[in-house]
Amino acid sequence: MKRLLPYIAVAFFASVPLWLQDQYFLHTLVVTGIFVIAAMSLNLLLGYTGQLSLGHVAFFGIGAYVSALTSLGFSVEIFGLQITHEPWPAVIGVLFGTIVAGLCGYVIGKLAFRVRGAYFVIVTISFAEVVRLVSLNWVELTNGPLALPGIPPLTLGFEWTGYATLWGKAQNYYVVLATIVLAYILIKRLVNSPYGRAMIALRENETLAVSVGISVTKYLVLAAVLSGAMAGVAGGLYAHYIQIIDPMIFMFLNTVTMVIMVITGGKGTLAGPLVGGLIFGIAPVVLRSYVGPEVQWILYGLLMILIVFVLPQGIVPAIERWFTRKGGSASASKPAGLVLESSKGARS
Amino acid sequence: MDQLFQHLVNALIMGGTYALLGIGLTLIFGIMRIVNFTHGELYALGAYMMYFFATVLGLNFFVAIAFAIVAGMAMGSVIEFTLLRPKRGADIDTTMLLMIGAWIVMQNAEHLIWGGIAKSIPSPLPEAPLVIGPVSISWLRVMVLVVSVVLIAATYFLINRTKLGKAMRATFQDGGTAALMGVNVNAIYTTTFALGSGLGAAAGALLGPVFVVTPTMGDLASLKAFAIVILGGLGNITGAAIGGFMLAVAEEIGAGYISSGYRDAMGFLIIIIVLLFKPTGLFARSERIG
Amino acid sequence: MTVAATGAPRPILAIEHVAVHFGGLIAISDMNFVVNEGELVSLIGPNGAGKTTAFNVITGFLKPTKGQVTFKGQSLNGLKPHEVTSLGLVRTFQRTSVFEKISVFDNVLIGLHRRTSASLFGTIFGLPRERRQEKALREEAWEILRLVGIEHQADELGGSLPYGDQRLLGVALALAANPSALLLDEPVSGMNASETGRFVALLNKLRANGKTILLVEHDMPMVMGISDRIVVLNYGRIIANGTPKEIQNDPDVIQAYLGQGVKHA
Repeated sequence: MKRLLPYIAVAFFASVPLWLQDQYFLHTLVVTGIFVIAAMSLNLLLGYTGQLSLGHVAFFGIGAYVSALTSLGFSVEIFGLQITHEPWPAVIGVLFGTIVAGLCGYVIGKLAFRVRGAYFVIVTISFAEVVRLVSLNWVELTNGPLALPGIPPLTLGFEWTGYATLWGKAQNYYVVLATIVLAYILIKRLVNSPYGRAMIALRENETLAVSVGISVTKYLVLAAVLSGAMAGVAGGLYAHYIQIIDPMIFMFLNTVTMVIMVITGGKGTLAGPLVGGLIFGIAPVVLRSYVGPEVQWILYGLLMILIVFVLPQGIVPAIERWFTRKGGSASASKPAGLVLESSKGARS
Repeated sequence: MDQLFQHLVNALIMGGTYALLGIGLTLIFGIMRIVNFTHGELYALGAYMMYFFATVLGLNFFVAIAFAIVAGMAMGSVIEFTLLRPKRGADIDTTMLLMIGAWIVMQNAEHLIWGGIAKSIPSPLPEAPLVIGPVSISWLRVMVLVVSVVLIAATYFLINRTKLGKAMRATFQDGGTAALMGVNVNAIYTTTFALGSGLGAAAGALLGPVFVVTPTMGDLASLKAFAIVILGGLGNITGAAIGGFMLAVAEEIGAGYISSGYRDAMGFLIIIIVLLFKPTGLFARSERIG
Repeated sequence: MTVAATGAPRPILAIEHVAVHFGGLIAISDMNFVVNEGELVSLIGPNGAGKTTAFNVITGFLKPTKGQVTFKGQSLNGLKPHEVTSLGLVRTFQRTSVFEKISVFDNVLIGLHRRTSASLFGTIFGLPRERRQEKALREEAWEILRLVGIEHQADELGGSLPYGDQRLLGVALALAANPSALLLDEPVSGMNASETGRFVALLNKLRANGKTILLVEHDMPMVMGISDRIVVLNYGRIIANGTPKEIQNDPDVIQAYLGQGVKHA
């Protein structure tokens, strides 16, 4: 049953556009999906290496801006040098956005992992804030607070297949769903490989990890690069779906949203960001008709506090534990969220 | 040159409140090992309380400042009591998440109570600025500087010259041993958090009348306080005081000579540069408190 | 009995003029000794003599104030701990010897980190070479667990094992890193007699496989029974270096231990 669950989930979500009439709700799902990708990327850092990145929205926003600018074209003057870029296809834009966000992950990783804990958190916040201020003030490039409008939607296809431009919500929905599935597979493979184990080992006990030959810098920086790049993908998808972006994308609350998604769902679990993301992606729509945005945020804040007190490991590990207890397994006492997924295969 | 003087004087004035903000945050980190994300909201609370007492109720300006500080301390105690005390000994990530939660709640509660429109607090001080040679400063700003310096001095006195300060320093050195020596560590934690919160609120109460009061004013304050604290070294009070003035100078120079839009970016650039070259802060030594 | 005994002793690990100062405190002063290939050398001495400090210097966790450590003819100065491990010099720890919240099997898998050459690309795309390697790693992990004798607890969490088994897992973790020399920091402290017996059997098995072992230990009967050579430290200084028999009769050693109050010897 547990093995089938991912397939059932994918099949269910793939069927949604076929029967869902409410276009606004479909839109919500697309945006939720994009945030789920971002939350998955944050989970790679926060969950698997244990480093709390509170500037994660920077990677997302950089992905969005780079992708948008690549596909829109721009002309700026840097130190007297006129740089003009002609518009390129949106797909190339997303690719560039991913690469640039990954590079930023590299730089931040190199910089911030020399210091960790509280310092790391503050460096990441500062990084996001600097990027936000640049996007606000470099008007020539970003249009500043006036936003970048008219970002073209994604066009998929090859010369021999013909091209499809993703104007519709359902089309974007499938692209996002496919990206989530890919990201999930990628993270799953990574976590169950020597790479992921090295990251988890560093999270659990750095001294011991180092003593068996694991390089701290190598694996933490690698996690930051992959995490940044994945957030960049999410940002690119967002830009081409919404078709307009402004510096508000870098709002700290967006990072907080991702953190809440990961913490609530269960950090360091594969399904955690999916569950948390779905809850916090859809909750605003449900709550909207009852309470204003401030009250909603108050509720989220309270929920976050509640989670820390009641379910510190998140929803997914709690459910897993509940099921194993029901199954009467001897391993019911395991804190599931902290055990490597591969431990289940140990008997094979 | 004249312009430079003006910038430096402006920086000196902002620096006082920045120092208050930084000392409050670093005190809490130094003694409790807590990254206090609510700090900016306590700053905003100070500003709103100032608005409430001085403008809505029409109390004396200085009485209102005092009340705002007390309100900040009370709020700090509540946070400490409800969120941190039950999680004593939890790792830094856990308390950080709690503080982020509290911060979101506080900010949106402010929005809900006071509305999104900016409030301004009229000052009773003379409108005409104080002019010394090429430099002109409003009397309000002079008052802000004087009050900040008085509060900084009072904090120093409290920590270095009183019995409470001694207990705080002992807890900072080693909480376990301090407890064995008969220090009520729980009480010290609450006092520390209240004191740090009070200083944050003081900065808000002082700057509220200079600028305007908005629900999101705390965000930048928090981030700037982090910058100051990193500049001075986490837990270093003297470092935070100097860091506050340094950040103010960097912002004034940045705004005056680069672009006013990048005023707020200076703090973060400082953080990144300091951590790149001297991760322990500029003033990291064994002396960290007092 | 040992591999080295059959030929001329070949030094694998050399500690030359190593000194460690913490501020004004001298933890180790001018330490010199050699461990030969295949040898089992024990480092003993009263508490605070500098044994663990010596371990930390050798494995790169601590920079010596003076002197250098060479392993297989290569200087270890300036190497990071994980680089020292990569050369085949692996240690265990006194306290944090296992990943407590991770299963025993995965503990060993983590220890096997150095054995793979899986590429990131191949890992992400699930290429055959990486799949084969992962499978081989798992087999290897089982083998190590069997060698150490805790294979029946593979699914338990590291931290939930009985104390003695945790120490065994610590050794398994170190063994997984494929050491040619193993540094064990007080492996049997806190073990009961039967656990110690199991541990000695394991050490003998490892020696039969040609592993060089440097041991820090307080359990004198065990040290005397198993060591080829013993190095005695007191106040950061080597006061004796010889066979167990020589050490037992060394007046300086007796003095040092009597001064402290002898527990076992």
